Amino acid sequence: MSVFIDQSTRLVVQGITGRDGSFHAKQMIDYGTKVVAGVTPGKGGQRFEGAVPVFNTVAEAVHATEANTSVIYVPAAVAASAIFEAADSGIGLIICITEGIPVLDMTRVLPFIHERGARLIGPNCPGLISPDKSKVGIIPGNICKPGKIGVVSRSGTLTYEIVHQLSTNGMGQSTCVGIGGDPLIGTSFIHCLAAFEADPQTAAIVMIGEIGGTDEQQAAEFVKEKVKKPVVGFIAGQTAPPGRRMGHAGAIISGSSGTAADKMAALAKAGISVMKRPADVVPLLKERM
Amino acid sequence: MNLHEYQARDILRTHGIPVPPGEVATTPGEARAIAERLGGKVVVKAQVHAGGRGKAGGVKLAKSAAEAEAHAKAILGMKIKGLTVQKVLVAPAAEIATESYVGFIVDRASQRPVLIVSPAGGIDIEEVAAKAPEKIHRLAVDPRYGLLPHQALTLGFTLYRDVKQARAAADIMQKLYGVVYAVGASLVEINPLVTTPNGSVQTLDAKIVIDDNELERRPEIAALRDVSAEAPEEVAARAAGLTFIKLDGDVGCCVNGAGLAMATMDLVKYYGGEPANFLDIGGSSNPQKVVAALRIMTSDPRVKVILFNIFGGITRGDDVANGIVQATKEFPLKVPIVIRLTGTNEGEGIAILERAGFSALTDMDAAVKQAVALAKPKAA
Repeated sequence: MSVFIDQSTRLVVQGITGRDGSFHAKQMIDYGTKVVAGVTPGKGGQRFEGAVPVFNTVAEAVHATEANTSVIYVPAAVAASAIFEAADSGIGLIICITEGIPVLDMTRVLPFIHERGARLIGPNCPGLISPDKSKVGIIPGNICKPGKIGVVSRSGTLTYEIVHQLSTNGMGQSTCVGIGGDPLIGTSFIHCLAAFEADPQTAAIVMIGEIGGTDEQQAAEFVKEKVKKPVVGFIAGQTAPPGRRMGHAGAIISGSSGTAADKMAALAKAGISVMKRPADVVPLLKERM
Repeated sequence: MNLHEYQARDILRTHGIPVPPGEVATTPGEARAIAERLGGKVVVKAQVHAGGRGKAGGVKLAKSAAEAEAHAKAILGMKIKGLTVQKVLVAPAAEIATESYVGFIVDRASQRPVLIVSPAGGIDIEEVAAKAPEKIHRLAVDPRYGLLPHQALTLGFTLYRDVKQARAAADIMQKLYGVVYAVGASLVEINPLVTTPNGSVQTLDAKIVIDDNELERRPEIAALRDVSAEAPEEVAARAAGLTFIKLDGDVGCCVNGAGLAMATMDLVKYYGGEPANFLDIGGSSNPQKVVAALRIMTSDPRVKVILFNIFGGITRGDDVANGIVQATKEFPLKVPIVIRLTGTNEGEGIAILERAGFSALTDMDAAVKQAVALAKPKAA
């Protein structure tokens, strides 16, 4: 098993003829992901790489290919619209890689997809990979190995760093999920922790957070109450400058809870082993398993 | 992007929110002329992107136009939190009966714009939030329906008992909600929202922060950017498509991805060093971005070593290597450089570097340790 994606994932790529979309669609096909369709308005009827049918709309793609998952590589200005379209077409799992979506767009997208029962991962995320089964997004397949560690992270390249540490030390992964670094995202740590806890393949969980918001503290509470599997955590931004304040309202909303120190304390208090540096991930997991 | 107070006031006024008159001056003479037009009794306020202006001496009351000129002379050119004051706002000195707080922020937890209201507004609002949270009222607005009239009026009554004033405040809250979506703001706040002795409700100070991701589709808002009010390195970095924040240390860090950049800075500190900056070259980095990054870091005299930490995903190792080699052809690096390069096209990248006489590491810890050692003064 694994979480969110596996061999049953039938993927439609929104923006398949674009620069990023075409490059990563090819990478995903090479990895073995079932890419069943692509969407680019105006290019319906074409075939991507001579094989994958391209449609004008997501609804057509779903009707013709029974796609159940979508990945979005379109520019930021139209990305919110692409998420709306995927959810409206009955796609159950939407992964948005696009970076730079205005946060106010997300305030409208999120209630819409919740109403339709869809799950959104991202935006501004590297996607996810269940090694040797399916990869959706941009995580380099060659750094991952199949195994029993579940990885969930707000970051992109920092995730690669930690997954690389795991793989080179013989610790494969069940699924690695990048939930995205934006303030408003579709899938939180808690959703992923719950999925990993329920997944029989996953024996231990690595969560990688960073400064800002209080998602990590809520995740820590959840781990304390609901997660029996060992959890190892990392928080990036211990030396980040305290500036970049969002007026008084930011301080009124979050107080000091957005800092790395506060998050690391919350993790430790919930029984999560906290790494001081990425290289600690393997020794800490060995200690806990 | 931060807007100046005078820009925020203009936007609020355009949206029908009551804002007293006021104009911007860049010289003491202009300040005097504005004060004369406003009747002499004015407040002169520094326009900088920093909080705590009043406590730093950047806000002064004047009883006459001559005094306004003298205050403007003192405030213009003054440094507040490292930023030089280049403009002052001259506005009538209002008589204030009460001070409240009204603000919107896009809240991560509720994933909605949250309206925050408090009858205890003014400069100590954060202290109020910490010590007397019962004086802070919040409402997460459902963006499908907007701020509904009864919701705004309910909050209006938390500020004022008088129904006219409560209605005036509610009207301001609804218009302020409109401002959030109209300009693409991640924060809009009025602090203080005041009542005057004659009972009118007025905006005394306003702050707006624009979500940077909105700027491309809102050129009229992007045009409000005051480059002279920002740190020059940060302006240069933005022009090159980089995210750069200057810090106080001596290890220059150049990393792809914000999370890895922060983790690299943390590791520099872990091994006893001090990072000189946060610098994220982003995803699909082309060699020119790397050249720009090196130009910015080498222009900081405090930087004693430059550390690259690249884990290629979308970013290709050969692009980064070509950028480093290209930079050395354009300007001297002056300081040692430590390069960690792994991931996509790692082999090609390392080969390019080695042909140019550089060496590259593949382990993050080893590279950070080496960089920190190079930044330390040599033992005698």
